[in-house]
Amino acid sequence: MLTYDSFTAEWGPGPAIEAGFEAQCNCDVQFQTAGDGAALLARLQLEGASSAADVVLGLDTNLTEAAKNTGLFSPVTQGENNVPNGYFDTHFVPFDWGWFAFVYDNTKLANPPTSLAELAASDLKILIQDPRSSTPGLGLVLWAKAVMGNDAPMFWAELADNIVTVTPGWSEAYGMFLEGQADMVLSYTTSPAYHLIAEGDATKSAAPFTDGHYLQIEVAGQLANSDQPDLAAKFLDYLHSDVAQTALITSNWMYPAKNPAAGLPEEFKTLVQPDKTLTLPPDQIEAVRKVAIEEWQTALSR
Amino acid sequence: MANRAIAVAAAPVAAALVLLLMAAGLVPLLARTSWGAVSPADWAALRFTILQAALSATCTCLLAIPLARALHRRCFWGRGALIKMLSAPFVLPTLAAIMGLLALFGSNGPVSSLLVAVGLSPIPIFGLGGVVLAHVFLNLPLATRMLLQSWAAIPTERFRLAQSLSLTPLAHFRHLEWPMLRAILPSAFAAIFLICLTSFAVALILGGGPRASTVELGIYQSLRFEFNLERAARLALIQVVMGFAAVLLLATIWRAPNFGVGLDRPLRMAAPKGFMRIWDAAVIGLLSAFLILPMLAVLAKGLPMIAHFPNDFAVIALRSVAISISAAVLSVTLALTLARARAKGAGIWVEIAAMLPLGTSSLALGTGVFLALLQVVTPQTVALPLAVIFNAAFSLPFVFRILLPACREIEANFSRLSAQLGLSPWAEVRVLFFPRLRKPIGFCAGLAAAMAMGDFGVIALFGGQDQTILPILIARLMGSYQMQAAAAVTLWLVLFAFALFWTFDALGGRDADA
Repeated sequence: MLTYDSFTAEWGPGPAIEAGFEAQCNCDVQFQTAGDGAALLARLQLEGASSAADVVLGLDTNLTEAAKNTGLFSPVTQGENNVPNGYFDTHFVPFDWGWFAFVYDNTKLANPPTSLAELAASDLKILIQDPRSSTPGLGLVLWAKAVMGNDAPMFWAELADNIVTVTPGWSEAYGMFLEGQADMVLSYTTSPAYHLIAEGDATKSAAPFTDGHYLQIEVAGQLANSDQPDLAAKFLDYLHSDVAQTALITSNWMYPAKNPAAGLPEEFKTLVQPDKTLTLPPDQIEAVRKVAIEEWQTALSR
Repeated sequence: MANRAIAVAAAPVAAALVLLLMAAGLVPLLARTSWGAVSPADWAALRFTILQAALSATCTCLLAIPLARALHRRCFWGRGALIKMLSAPFVLPTLAAIMGLLALFGSNGPVSSLLVAVGLSPIPIFGLGGVVLAHVFLNLPLATRMLLQSWAAIPTERFRLAQSLSLTPLAHFRHLEWPMLRAILPSAFAAIFLICLTSFAVALILGGGPRASTVELGIYQSLRFEFNLERAARLALIQVVMGFAAVLLLATIWRAPNFGVGLDRPLRMAAPKGFMRIWDAAVIGLLSAFLILPMLAVLAKGLPMIAHFPNDFAVIALRSVAISISAAVLSVTLALTLARARAKGAGIWVEIAAMLPLGTSSLALGTGVFLALLQVVTPQTVALPLAVIFNAAFSLPFVFRILLPACREIEANFSRLSAQLGLSPWAEVRVLFFPRLRKPIGFCAGLAAAMAMGDFGVIALFGGQDQTILPILIARLMGSYQMQAAAAVTLWLVLFAFALFWTFDALGGRDADA
């Protein structure tokens, strides 16, 4: 399996997913890791057809088009899933998903903004990630594009004075937020669930935006050059099993692609439920991404 | 003359090894490049890169002069320990350094609170100021140490002569200290300028946004996000050329100090009294606080979870330590070979080979090597040896720079004696070089080992689950919301880095005179 780094961490979903599959497959699951979702794709492109991996875990839908275009993936059979607005792709199966959101400390901030525009007009200090090096950063740029369309450059110009800094990845920004360097951080609506379940801490909340929230779907795919395609296909099926999905909920802190029989933990029901889910069609993302990042860069370079 | 021939003959081998590595990395990248235009954004990144590197190097050198001077001429309780402490930030892993600086200078840190309390605005830690602040913090120890060693290298007889001639402070500075500074400052400036040229994490995290994009960030983006090998190769080449130009420019203004030979024994001098005493105390006190407090902040953050070890912690830590020690040995061996040859008259190419890694993006190099090796082996199987080689290569320029003046000094002062006595090459190394180079070699090995501890470039690119090292474990923990555990492992990483550094340094010399 080729996956991103934090997936295989002791607290990540890797160990449970590995044990669950090994118990039924009579095989040995080995992880190779590369930074994050984006680095994963770059690693694949580097390795090309000589990759030793059979399955790739952890690309997101903003990258699937580019991944498909490499020709390295083989088609998959798509089962049912409960991703908002549905998810169908010929080459990838979803394993979890979440909405991007700005997370804040509810003991310090009583009236969080309720839309991107309100956030930009406020004098709140926020931390965001670089869309050129992180998937949440890219998510925000596409989120702004989906809401603002051609007015996105104006939005960024107005947001510029709110941004404390732009970090290379999610973890640096989230770490700084927890240390109190800013009022809000770009993360997921599910982030408060981590603090609730793992730390019994109810002080973190995600701000619901009336614009809707941009969706990130994490997917897995099977490499065409795999020398054990049957086993790889079995693993993709297994990803939707109760064992795997339960592990993902409280280790990746995302929503399951298919609800396990036991349902979601109670704490997940307290989370913000966006009224509207925003996505861009995968085949448009490549084109939009370039423009959107350029607009972002121009506005913030001033 | 035989010694000279042997010393010079070993150098091409060492230089070839370095060049081979550079070529193995850059050729596969360049082979995929077609020459397009450099975009305005890339030009802006280039300008910012040079600006912040020049500012950082200038500020660092300007602060290092009074600090090294005060430390050199003052004798106080705990001086040796303080000098060791002050070396620490240079070997502090960047992520830990940023964590410490943010805790101290961030919007809710004590410095900002103090400034706000007296009615001033807090320090803008994000932006060019923050980038320079962090670079000064990380590099001031290196500059100070380089200057301190040079100060100590002025034969004590000169100071005594100056004293008996009752030289005015100005004349004292002009005749003794200025020639030494002229020789060492370009070197210190060059080293720091070059380190800051390839700065990535500091510029990105403290830079505050795309305004502060560096060339290295451009390489990172194009390799990891866009998979645009052409752009990466173009930027990597720009960076090499830039680094090269800086090395060459500074090599031409280089002047070797010549104080003649003394009795080669350290003697402590009486220091000026009165106002200078207060000044020195203030310099040492303030700059020590600046260098030590952020490290204490890292300690404070890591301590709560220090005894909660993640799975496989011992294996991972051991692996990291083993890589670091191997890299240190390799780096010092290469550097000593090159520095001796250069001191014995080998051409400028030796110096260029030794300095080349500094101007090279480790990410670009790693990617190139990855592409080259992919055809031959599974990358994981060579991840660990490659980590050793890469880390040795990237510490080589520093180690070389530090050993070179010492080798030159020995060569200038003792080569005739050695030739007269007909010392064999081995005897020359044993009785002449080693006793005099013990201290710098110990220091260099410590430096190389500690630098390797915090680096995760190559393993991140090549490694699998079985090649995890401490920095990757930290990234992994942070990526799973385990910020406290990450802070604890960061503290362990820092402790290991310091332990390696101080052990090697102590093996080099029992006292901390220089």
